[in-house]
Amino acid sequence: MSEFFAMGGYAVFVWPSYAVAFGVMAGLVAWAWISARRGEAEVERLRAAGLDTRRRSADAVRENPA
Amino acid sequence: MHRFANPTRFLRLANALLPWLGVAAVGLLGYGLWLGLLNSPADYQQGETVRIMYVHVPAAWVALAGYSTLALASAAFLVWKHPLADLAARAASPVGAGFTAIALVTGALWGQPMWGTWWVWDARLTSVLVLFFLYLGHMALTNAFDDPERGGKAGAVLALVGVVNLPIIKFSVDWWNTLHQPASVLRMGGSTIDPAMLTPLFVMAGGYFAVFAVALLLRIRALYAERRLRQLRLSLPDA
Repeated sequence: MSEFFAMGGYAVFVWPSYAVAFGVMAGLVAWAWISARRGEAEVERLRAAGLDTRRRSADAVRENPA
Repeated sequence: MHRFANPTRFLRLANALLPWLGVAAVGLLGYGLWLGLLNSPADYQQGETVRIMYVHVPAAWVALAGYSTLALASAAFLVWKHPLADLAARAASPVGAGFTAIALVTGALWGQPMWGTWWVWDARLTSVLVLFFLYLGHMALTNAFDDPERGGKAGAVLALVGVVNLPIIKFSVDWWNTLHQPASVLRMGGSTIDPAMLTPLFVMAGGYFAVFAVALLLRIRALYAERRLRQLRLSLPDA
């Protein structure tokens, strides 16, 4: 087992390589995932608010015809 | 092709593909790790450092494929002016830059024990560093304009000019004397690598490409949402 982790004396080169590769890929996917979810939630929120706004202005016109 | 230029249809397809790509990424990377770390031989010359190949070479392949994606999307945007192509180009550059960074860092970690140096200004390493800066330049340029249409166009032109760097990277090891070894997998006359090492390499590469696709599609979704937000904010006076 410890022989495996020693990587024939090259542990300080092999393990950081794997850490960087998998770390960067995990970071990319996490960032992409979070940004997509956050943006889409905000669109939903604004759309709901937008429909309300439109209904409100329509009501205002009906109650208060110019 | 034009059928998928409709954003709604494209997003539906992307969302149908994403779970499968995610499963493929986890499965292939897991299998690749097992093969690369536990079930493949050490090299007779390089010893255990040959295992760095399994995380280094696929990163370089994806870095090049990512730039091709960026260039194709940019060309499509310039020709058809389709906003989805612009989003695809904008999504490709940070993801491509990430994979290029992996290639550069793991290359240094492999270079130090095998060549005795972290870095050398030879043709292969330098052209890949240029690729990294092309990605960063594209990211900066597309976001440097208030008008996203103008930013997209400027970025697309930069991306297309940068295509000249792709054959330079590929053939740098043949055209110049480099410390970097010549092509040993994708070469005329077949690979010079033993199947025991080629299998983990290809499995890992499959996983890398799946990760690239997942990140790319998610970023297109994020940028599409950003674009919609912009439109919604413009149409809502008090939002």
